[in-house]
Amino acid sequence: MSTLPENKNPVRDNAMTVVATALLAAFLWWAEGHLDGYKIRIINLIAINAILGLSLNLIYGMAGMFSLGHAGFMAIGAYVSALLILTPEQKTAMWILDPIAPWLTGIHAPFLVSLLAAGLLAALFGWLVALPVLRLGGDYLGIATLGFSEIIRILITNLTPITNGPLGLKGIPSHTSLWMSYGCLIAALACVARLMRSNFGNVIRAVRDDEIAAKTMGINTYSTRVLAFTMGCFGGGVGGALMGNLITTIDPKMFMITQTYSLLMIIVVGGLGSITGSVVGSILVTTMLEWLRFVENPVTIGSLEIPGIPGMRMVIFSVLLIAVIIFRREGIMGMSEFSWDRLFSYRNRVTRGGGAS
Amino acid sequence: MNLNLFMQHFINALGLGSLYGLIAIGYTMVYGILRLINFAHGDIFMLGAYFVFFATIQYKLPWALGLAIAVVGATLCGLLVDRIAYRPLRDAPRISALISAIGVSFFIENISIVIFSGMPRPVVQPPSLMQAFSLGGVRLVPLALMVPAISFVLVAALLWMVYRTKPGLAMRSISYDIETTRLMGVSVDRIIALTFAIGSALAAVAGIMWALRYPRVEPLMGIMPGFKAFIAAVFGGIGSIPGAMLGGLSLGFVEIMSVAFFPNLSGFKDAFAFILLIAILLIKPTGLMGEKLEDKI
Repeated sequence: MSTLPENKNPVRDNAMTVVATALLAAFLWWAEGHLDGYKIRIINLIAINAILGLSLNLIYGMAGMFSLGHAGFMAIGAYVSALLILTPEQKTAMWILDPIAPWLTGIHAPFLVSLLAAGLLAALFGWLVALPVLRLGGDYLGIATLGFSEIIRILITNLTPITNGPLGLKGIPSHTSLWMSYGCLIAALACVARLMRSNFGNVIRAVRDDEIAAKTMGINTYSTRVLAFTMGCFGGGVGGALMGNLITTIDPKMFMITQTYSLLMIIVVGGLGSITGSVVGSILVTTMLEWLRFVENPVTIGSLEIPGIPGMRMVIFSVLLIAVIIFRREGIMGMSEFSWDRLFSYRNRVTRGGGAS
Repeated sequence: MNLNLFMQHFINALGLGSLYGLIAIGYTMVYGILRLINFAHGDIFMLGAYFVFFATIQYKLPWALGLAIAVVGATLCGLLVDRIAYRPLRDAPRISALISAIGVSFFIENISIVIFSGMPRPVVQPPSLMQAFSLGGVRLVPLALMVPAISFVLVAALLWMVYRTKPGLAMRSISYDIETTRLMGVSVDRIIALTFAIGSALAAVAGIMWALRYPRVEPLMGIMPGFKAFIAAVFGGIGSIPGAMLGGLSLGFVEIMSVAFFPNLSGFKDAFAFILLIAILLIKPTGLMGEKLEDKI
């Protein structure tokens, strides 16, 4: 299994990383000035979905815990962040069903602090969930995490003084610019890449691949999994906060199990256990979901008018998910990662005529 | 709470519980044999309800014919799901089959939204089933008694089939050891298909009765009952048919009675099932009647 390979040519690779980051920055700068709001929103969404996919991949692909609870942790993140950045005036105006909890009105924090708080609170909840649930394995874990995610959603719907219940929160001041979301994405990529390269990364992989062998090596598999799960939940919280902030309205219905399914799609398409795969999967799935909107709109070809079919988008989406899992189970990247080394050796192979490998 | 009101809740809980139980049987049989959570099961339940709706209300067919069409239709759908989405993945890691199951469930829900439209539709209850009568001071409709009665008859028939017939023997044998059963000359794929067919037929019956009791159908109506029935199957002990029924009844009673005794908790009704699930998984992961599944090393 090839995961993050050794760095054979650090100077060149670091230079390439700087160049690539600069190119990305140049693209974002260009996009900000030239693209319309809708396209910018999609580009933002790609970064946010990549963060979310990465965090779910950490739990599922890298640590091997089948979690279906990500939507719940996203919800926590989105609500914490939104409640921190809404102004007191907005808060008092918004709570109609029940008066807002008095202590909540005055709390206010800058956006970055609210992101951190979102991540930390989601991680705290994740940790509380993990302690009992990670004693289970396999599919039970999936169902139990799904259960927790539903419980979180039901709590949010019913705790009206804190969350404004089913009405949700509106008019969240938007801070999610391209710079913000891609900054977060790069930070997340750097963190996970370093993590997986560290000894803890080896431990996580060992626990995933063979828990019993890992135990024999003296690894505390339970606490390893709890830690990995908690970190994944942190990412889920931050991602949820960014998502809520991008859309500027949140309500409990946003965080149904379907939200987790689309993240699952991202990491299955990209490759379970691959950091690169999460990003590739996010680009593909996010753009495809937007692009598929054309089947829901009427199309006119010449004089022929084909009426749009509402809902067809998700049908195609689910067929693709089944097709990927049946015909290409390992996704696009499998478990391998992008590296400059690999890119250059591939180019060399191609230019040399595909002889040496 | 007086006794009459309690009896009313009791009958309600019995009805809801036996519906959960009927759905749970499909989960428990498939899980017992393939170790796969058939996420699409709740959607087969929904299809059963929709088929009977279209047959009897839209196309004005007689009820008996409509019921037959719904059960056969849903059974065929269950078989198709197995054939298309699960059979190619028999030798794949179990998690892949699970994702495929999620995909299929998502597919059925969305194609139903496209075909049937997302709007909930009212179901006309046959008046003969709704004529209220009084039984020792408790006001009842025949439907409320029919639901548990039909459920228990079906479960009894199923138990007979699983424990007294050859295909039932093959089913039990596959759940112990699929490879050895294959070597014994049992057509494993056919028995698995039979399992899916039985599970789907029971889900369809449950769907029809559900649509009659809570008189409306909508494409996403299968999700929550599906999850809860799976929880019931785990609670009763996954792999055990009486366990599934017991789990379903327990869940029905917990839901109805907790809301009956603490009305201000009604907003949290859907959370009870999940709390029950997490509790049983922590205290007794094999469920009430389940056998211990050893992980093979």
